[in-house]
Amino acid sequence: MSSDSEEDFVSFGTPLEPLEEDEPLKKPVPLHEQTVKDEKGRYQRFHGAFTGGFSAGYFNTVGTKEGWAPSTFVSSRQQKAEKQQARPEDFMDDEDFGEHGIAPREITTSQEFWSSRRDEVREKARAVNAQNALIPGDTLLEELIAPARLSIGVELLKKMGWKEGQGVGPRVKRKARRQQADGGSRVYGCVLPPAGSEDSQNEDDNDDEEFAPDNVTFAPKDVTPVDFTPKVGVQGLGYRGLDPGLALLGRGGSEHIDLFRPKAETRGLFGDAGRGSRRGGVAGQAFGVGALEDDDEDVYHKDSMSRYDNVLGGEEPGDGLYGWTAPQQYTKKRDKNKDAAYLGKILEGFTLAQKAAEEKTIFPPPSLPRDYRPVHHFRPSLDVSVLSGVSPALAEALRVSTGHMVKEEPQQGGGGGGRHQMDSDQRRTLLGEDTLQGPSSVMELLRPEDRQRLLNLRSSSSKPATPVSHDALRLAGSSAVGGGASSGLQQEALAAWKGVQMSSQTFRPFEKNPSKQARYELYLTRLKQGDRDALEQSLDPAVTEWERSREREEFVRASILYRPTSSSLSSRFTRAKQEEDEDAVEVSRDQEGDVDDKQAAANMKMFGRLTRETFEWHPDKLLCKRFNVPDPHPGSGIVGLPKVKRDKFSVFNFLTATESRETSAPPKPSESGKKSRWDVSDQEKKKSDPLSELLSSARQQTDTKLEQTPVPALPASSSTSSSTSSIRAEVKTEEQTSSNKKKAEEEQQEEEQEEESRPPMDLFKAIFAGSSDEKSSSSSDGESDDEEDVKEDKAPNLFNITCNTSVTSSVTSTVTSTVTYSQQTAVFSSQNSTRQEEEEFGPKLPPPSDKVRGGAASPGEESLRKRSKEKIHKKKNKHRKEKKKKKQKKHKHKAKEQKKKKEEEEEEESDSSEEDGVSTEELLKRLKSVRSHQTR
Amino acid sequence: MAFPQPRPQAPQLPQHLLRTVDCQQGAVRAVRFNADGNYLLSCGSDKSLKLWSVSRGTLLKTYSGHGYEVLDADGSYDNSQLCSCSSDKTVILWDVATGQVTRKLRGHAGKVNCVQFNEEATVILSGSIDGTVRCWDTRSRRFEPIQILDEARDGISSVKVSQHELLTGSVDGRVRRYDLRMGQLHVDFISSPITCVCFSQDGQCTLSSSLDSTVRLLDKSTGEMLGEYTGHKMKGYKLDCCLSSKDTHVLSCSEDGHVYCWDLVEGSLSLKLPVGKAVVQSLSFHPTETCLLTAMEGRVQVWGAEPEETEEDTMAS
Repeated sequence: MSSDSEEDFVSFGTPLEPLEEDEPLKKPVPLHEQTVKDEKGRYQRFHGAFTGGFSAGYFNTVGTKEGWAPSTFVSSRQQKAEKQQARPEDFMDDEDFGEHGIAPREITTSQEFWSSRRDEVREKARAVNAQNALIPGDTLLEELIAPARLSIGVELLKKMGWKEGQGVGPRVKRKARRQQADGGSRVYGCVLPPAGSEDSQNEDDNDDEEFAPDNVTFAPKDVTPVDFTPKVGVQGLGYRGLDPGLALLGRGGSEHIDLFRPKAETRGLFGDAGRGSRRGGVAGQAFGVGALEDDDEDVYHKDSMSRYDNVLGGEEPGDGLYGWTAPQQYTKKRDKNKDAAYLGKILEGFTLAQKAAEEKTIFPPPSLPRDYRPVHHFRPSLDVSVLSGVSPALAEALRVSTGHMVKEEPQQGGGGGGRHQMDSDQRRTLLGEDTLQGPSSVMELLRPEDRQRLLNLRSSSSKPATPVSHDALRLAGSSAVGGGASSGLQQEALAAWKGVQMSSQTFRPFEKNPSKQARYELYLTRLKQGDRDALEQSLDPAVTEWERSREREEFVRASILYRPTSSSLSSRFTRAKQEEDEDAVEVSRDQEGDVDDKQAAANMKMFGRLTRETFEWHPDKLLCKRFNVPDPHPGSGIVGLPKVKRDKFSVFNFLTATESRETSAPPKPSESGKKSRWDVSDQEKKKSDPLSELLSSARQQTDTKLEQTPVPALPASSSTSSSTSSIRAEVKTEEQTSSNKKKAEEEQQEEEQEEESRPPMDLFKAIFAGSSDEKSSSSSDGESDDEEDVKEDKAPNLFNITCNTSVTSSVTSTVTSTVTYSQQTAVFSSQNSTRQEEEEFGPKLPPPSDKVRGGAASPGEESLRKRSKEKIHKKKNKHRKEKKKKKQKKHKHKAKEQKKKKEEEEEEESDSSEEDGVSTEELLKRLKSVRSHQTR
Repeated sequence: MAFPQPRPQAPQLPQHLLRTVDCQQGAVRAVRFNADGNYLLSCGSDKSLKLWSVSRGTLLKTYSGHGYEVLDADGSYDNSQLCSCSSDKTVILWDVATGQVTRKLRGHAGKVNCVQFNEEATVILSGSIDGTVRCWDTRSRRFEPIQILDEARDGISSVKVSQHELLTGSVDGRVRRYDLRMGQLHVDFISSPITCVCFSQDGQCTLSSSLDSTVRLLDKSTGEMLGEYTGHKMKGYKLDCCLSSKDTHVLSCSEDGHVYCWDLVEGSLSLKLPVGKAVVQSLSFHPTETCLLTAMEGRVQVWGAEPEETEEDTMAS
């Protein structure tokens, strides 16, 4: 390009190098040497097409200002709340903001000053957005629904009173304007682009005449701004697509292109069917003329804008008057048409309702039966009024519910009249049941004075009420009986009382006045006999006439009121069918079988069917869930073993309990303490018995054994040291006490023998107090004095028991050995008592530590001894003297014990045999001495 | 034809003392392996529960919070929790790592003899001297037991859990098996007070030791006695028994200071392991290997099948 042209022209792009003739062709810059620079000459690195291209990141890095961490990421908890809103501009660089970028920044008119001209920049941006939008047509919709935004000029106009749609200029008469329009727009020869204003104007001409009076001036018709529908799609301009209506309706014939009255005037996709000018078959702008068709005039169809629907909402009527300024009635034209049924004149200021008033559904009255006569029959009111104290409504209700107030015909009640008409007493007699005991009326529950007061109240209120019953009044008038007492009532009373069995608990209304009451009762009995003149006969002849009449009245009323069955209230209550059984206790449904059988089976090692028992057991629902097991008994509300209610004081409950207790203490051969592991005990001997032996015999054996040796299984070490034995004796006492607890008859004989030496209450106290204390304060070492005392008492008692049992049983070697143990127990009562405090049920734990000792003494004993010593030391409030004594005893015994140990190791058998010689009397003596020694 | 099965080697017995751990916590009331057998728990009578490494014999953690001597403990399958029970009538759920008390469960009326997790450590079962087994929920915040099994007429001495069964041994001489799946309770009467019950590894048998110095192997389904093991001495103390990891042997503590080991099938005494002079109170068999823990007085001894190269009694401080 020449240099002088530079001044005049604006040049875009990079000019080519001036071509010089002789210059060798420049080598093209190889690809790797080509560089990209931005406007400021900075090199731009290519980051890859998908990672930002040339303009990626912050200063040519792919990162951001903050580095690689995205700025939106906030990790700290404190800043969690603040939200960062990313704008699109955050991701744009200068280039994007530049003139040709996607978001150019230049000085533009602000929105207020926008005219109606299109905002190209915004449209461009919108187009870009449209490409990225989720729904491609999204922005199209936005364009269609453009918010009304007024330019500043429009706003100014509006402030001056202009309304939208109004023409600008002086107001004109309709006629003139039309003429003007007619004259101006008739152009022939050249095709003018169709304009909306023209369309509407033409239409105005057609149908505006009737409502435009001459004296009305109109604002000049404005050229309504036409919102052109944006062209979407890739079809060519003016493409209309296939008109399915035309195609399908098969209208043939050509249509002249009339620009001024285009076909679309009729508004509607389906066109005006009445015209019928089109040819059939598929035809449209996109389709050419088929081979079968002759005419080809319509190939290049001219379109008019009026074909396009550019109005949102309802269809425009077609005249230009549709808008703000149109007269009110015009806008309502269609409604008027709709309400064609209304012919009257509409008042000024009123319009026809758009919505029809809601029609009230009126239900037709029920059709009366043919034989209906509009006469009301009142219920026989004879007796309701009689009960003057009661309101008629209540009386009626009572009558209905009980049937007492109104006496139906007895025949009717007894016969097929139905059970509903019988009262409860009648039913009772029919069923042959006894009368319910107790008060049958509420009145009977009241105190007599209260009752009297009630009665007085009632009689006083009845005075004015009696005349209400016209029936009675009439009868009273006719009857010879003076004083107004109604013979009708008498009849009523007679009917009520006739044939009624006298029950003892009839209400005695005149209790205050015995003679009167007697007379009343006489009257009642007469009534029951069906005596017609019962009243007259029972009245007292000695009193005045006035009194007699009064009494008569009272009697009749009372007899009706207090009919034997008229306890209307009592019939509403029923007596409890069964008493709340507080005596019942819940006992598990499945009782364990006979323990003795099982015991025998276990002894004979016949485990299995005999010793196995299976119960239904309901685990908790949650427990099943936790164990991932389906509920075995779904829907059962029971948890655990199913329970049944049993009599609390049933002997059997206790029997089972004691039985279990008995077995809880293991049956143990008495010689267990002495025998070595390899010794064959009695039990084992028994085991060697043929298994075919009857179970019962085995049971017997165990039974006898139990009786003989109630020594429980306890930590019997092989040595027979005294302390061990003391423990054993102790546990034995426990068992003894438990066996004492049971009231089973088998024990009784034993008890009889025990009686002389046993103070039962002490023993019980000791047991119960001790055990409860233990449970409540197992961790505390404190011990009260009285507890101590109890324990001290206990030892001899226990001893006595064992002694006695030994007496009862035949004196065998085993028993005597037990006795010796118990003796020792007595001696070591102090140990015993201390040990008692931490008595444990079931197997114990081994001692915490154990000094290696010579001899066969088991570790348990040693520790036990130690512990007990410790305990003794701990007890500060103990009597010193006693303690000393005990210690002495202990020392004494220790020596004895050691001696014994040696002996016993060699000759256990002889030991027992040695003891054999001691008679029971001697043992008792010894024990007594020990006891006295202690209690002193 | 497949290769002939390799000749099964004779089951080994844990007869070599690997190490002795002096627990320094009074008498060790119970010693237990954890779920995988790498750690052991020792329950001391000085109210503490201690966690040790089995292989090194070192103390890892001490859990203190009980008010009286700890009687039993168990570890959860995932080693995240421990439970222990004590004479103070409580059951405590511990967090292993922190040593904190997660939950202290009160409700028993007497000292709690035994405690056990269920398979998923969602329930703790504790048996007490008050004759009840209480099922505690570890998941909810409820402090009441889910269910109380009060069928026993005397104290519960031992509780074991298999997948859906609870096995309890009671001093009333009965072994009770609660089958949750069937909703049944099976009671086996074994006249003598039960000290310890076990399931066999195959879940077909139950083992119960009682105070008549007998260990009995019962068929689980019928209650028939499959084997009886005697010779040891168990007369007064609550001592443990167990089965070896492969169900080949029955082991039991004894009051004469030995651990007795019988062949399960033959019932013959195959090993009499001299542990010491006092009562062997508790023992625990490794879940997979031939390894045995015994507790006597204040010491825990680890026994293995083969003597370790560096066999020395490491006294833990």
